[in-house]
Amino acid sequence: MNIVVCIKQILDPELPARDFRIDAVRKEAERGSANLVPNIFCENALETALQFREAHGGKITALTCGPEAAEEVLRKALALKADEAALVVSDVPGVPDPMFVARALAAAIRKLGPVDLVLTGREAGDWGAGQTGGLLAEELAVPSISFVENVEPASAGALNVKRQTDSGWEAFEATLPLVATITNHEKNVPRIPKTRDVMQSFRKPITKWTLAELDLDPSQANSYYEVAELSIPRKETQCEFVAGETLEDKVAGFASRVTEIMRSL
Amino acid sequence: MADVVCCLFAAAGFDRAAVGILGAGRRLADSSGGKLVALVLGPANEAVASGASAVADRVLVADQAALAEYEPETYLSALVALAKPISPAAVLLGSDSYSQELTPRLAHRLGGSAAGDAVAIANDAGTLRVTRGVYGGKAVAVLALKRAPAVVWMRARAMDPADAAGRSAGSVEKAALADLPASRVKLLNRHVEAKSGVRLEDARLIVSGGRGLGGPEPFKQLQELADAMGAQMAASRAACDAGWVPPSWQVGQTGKKVAPELYMAIAISGASQHIMGIADSKVICAINRDPDAPIFKHCRFGLVEDYQKVIGPLRQAISQSR
Ligand SMILES: Cc1cc2nc3c(=O)[nH]c(=O)nc-3n(C[C@H](O)[C@H](O)[C@H](O)COP(=O)(O)OP(=O)(O)OC[C@H]3O[C@@H](n4cnc5c(N)ncnc54)[C@H](O)[C@@H]3O)c2cc1C
Ligand SMILES: Nc1ncnc2c1ncn2[C@@H]1O[C@H](COP(=O)(O)O)[C@@H](O)[C@H]1O
Repeated sequence: MNIVVCIKQILDPELPARDFRIDAVRKEAERGSANLVPNIFCENALETALQFREAHGGKITALTCGPEAAEEVLRKALALKADEAALVVSDVPGVPDPMFVARALAAAIRKLGPVDLVLTGREAGDWGAGQTGGLLAEELAVPSISFVENVEPASAGALNVKRQTDSGWEAFEATLPLVATITNHEKNVPRIPKTRDVMQSFRKPITKWTLAELDLDPSQANSYYEVAELSIPRKETQCEFVAGETLEDKVAGFASRVTEIMRSL
Repeated sequence: MADVVCCLFAAAGFDRAAVGILGAGRRLADSSGGKLVALVLGPANEAVASGASAVADRVLVADQAALAEYEPETYLSALVALAKPISPAAVLLGSDSYSQELTPRLAHRLGGSAAGDAVAIANDAGTLRVTRGVYGGKAVAVLALKRAPAVVWMRARAMDPADAAGRSAGSVEKAALADLPASRVKLLNRHVEAKSGVRLEDARLIVSGGRGLGGPEPFKQLQELADAMGAQMAASRAACDAGWVPPSWQVGQTGKKVAPELYMAIAISGASQHIMGIADSKVICAINRDPDAPIFKHCRFGLVEDYQKVIGPLRQAISQSR
């Protein structure tokens, strides 16, 4: 079983709103002193792959598309014991174009040889497009299933896939190859690498391809959509903190605000 | 090339999402000088077909046996087969997980551009512009979709219904789709959680718990409070990831988008990604022991306390006043 996990490097989504600034000219977030981190759903995807390999065997390749510095997310994946790592070096500026990224990832996946399962995150925590997995499946001409929380072997050449829906879950049997977009679940909370493995990850090779080597033309990027406007919403509500001498008073004050709304329904 | 297509799933019924997506579609079609075509997929549902025809110029119903159950590959093929001959300027879908799943793939097959979680869509001299939250809700972007059709899933429940007064009903046609390709993905089992009352997205009162509750047990106390109020339960991602409550309770950027009259956040810090799911609430209130918790910036009223001290008494006070 050859598994590719697509990992995107993003601006730390936990950057508090009060520290968040935008670059009005480039129409993207200012990096400032914030960290660049692997997207959380990509980490969930890697965790899903690691658990699959532990239980059933297989090979895991971590794949990213981004500037040279995006190598960092691959080192993290190697520290968690991904078998191999590959970087598509792309310095395309501006808002990520999910179609161009999907093409780049598809081209890299074809270079990697026969792949059975491609895992992506359900969406990236920066622009939150939630598109790359689906577009990648189309580029590879394979089926895809979204919001997947677990994959298990089924009959030969097929997987049992459990995914979340609005009201519960669904189980599918899917013929390989398959693209699955992974969502968060109590069982795929990312593990922490061992210090020794972090050190060793720096000695592991990373395969790198330029866009040209993958026959991709960077001028094709940003032909999907562009950011016309970007702004920070300024909406703050004045919170009235319920006061009172005693706890009972406070609870009564809070309860009366609640029941007032309940009565108005 | 000015027509607008709305995609509806018959199994969901003629719900608020269907009403909202048709409303958004109607306005977009009118502003572009095009027709509105509603595609209805799944087992025959008279309410959906007639509800759609009250707003759309044309309704295409595909209810053949192969579409009896949602399955991504067949539904995608069916939508492509129905939408392609229309050459629409835009294809709109709702915010359910099926629509989210189909949107990028449908855009790819139709040669268009996709966007999701749109709160607004407008035609700007032939280019469709979509407004959506980005960076976990810390910013708002307007994206200009460069390829047609624009395939967009929207916060359908937040969209105003169409003004259908004086319209004559659109035609309803059955569409028999030949040659739907055999699916490489087979549905084995579908589990729908038993939940009493209305669905979270339609709830008017919501009690929601976060990581600060510290475990699954306190959610039972919250449930008692919610029962006393007649409220539905929700949770933050942290509480869902911990396995304290099912994933379907998650509210936020990657959870449900809710719009109740009152949203009560208990031991939830108020990360921007959480706020993205609750921003349309009429009133937000919170109980948190940290007066500086960001959630209070979104609250009409709040209580700075340890939840353990107040949940029981609060339930009693609310029960007594009922
Ligand atoms: C891409 C992405 C998507 C995301 N999507 C979502 C999403 O859809 N929904 C979502 O919720 N999150 C989402 N998140 C996660 C989000 O950023 C936060 O990590 C999460 O919402 C935190 O949950 P919490 O408020 O329950 O926990 P915490 O942030 O840990 O807050 C716990 C709160 O409880 C309070 N507390 C502790 N003990 C007590 C007590 N005894 N009494 C009263 N108060 C107490 C604390 O003061 C604190 O404010 C997403 C993150 C990313 C990166
Ligand atoms: N530049 C990238 N490199 C690798 N994977 C990516 C990249 N962009 C997106 N992805 C994958 O696609 C998922 C969804 O991203 P998005 O469509 O941008 O929301 C991410 O979680 C990744 O798994």
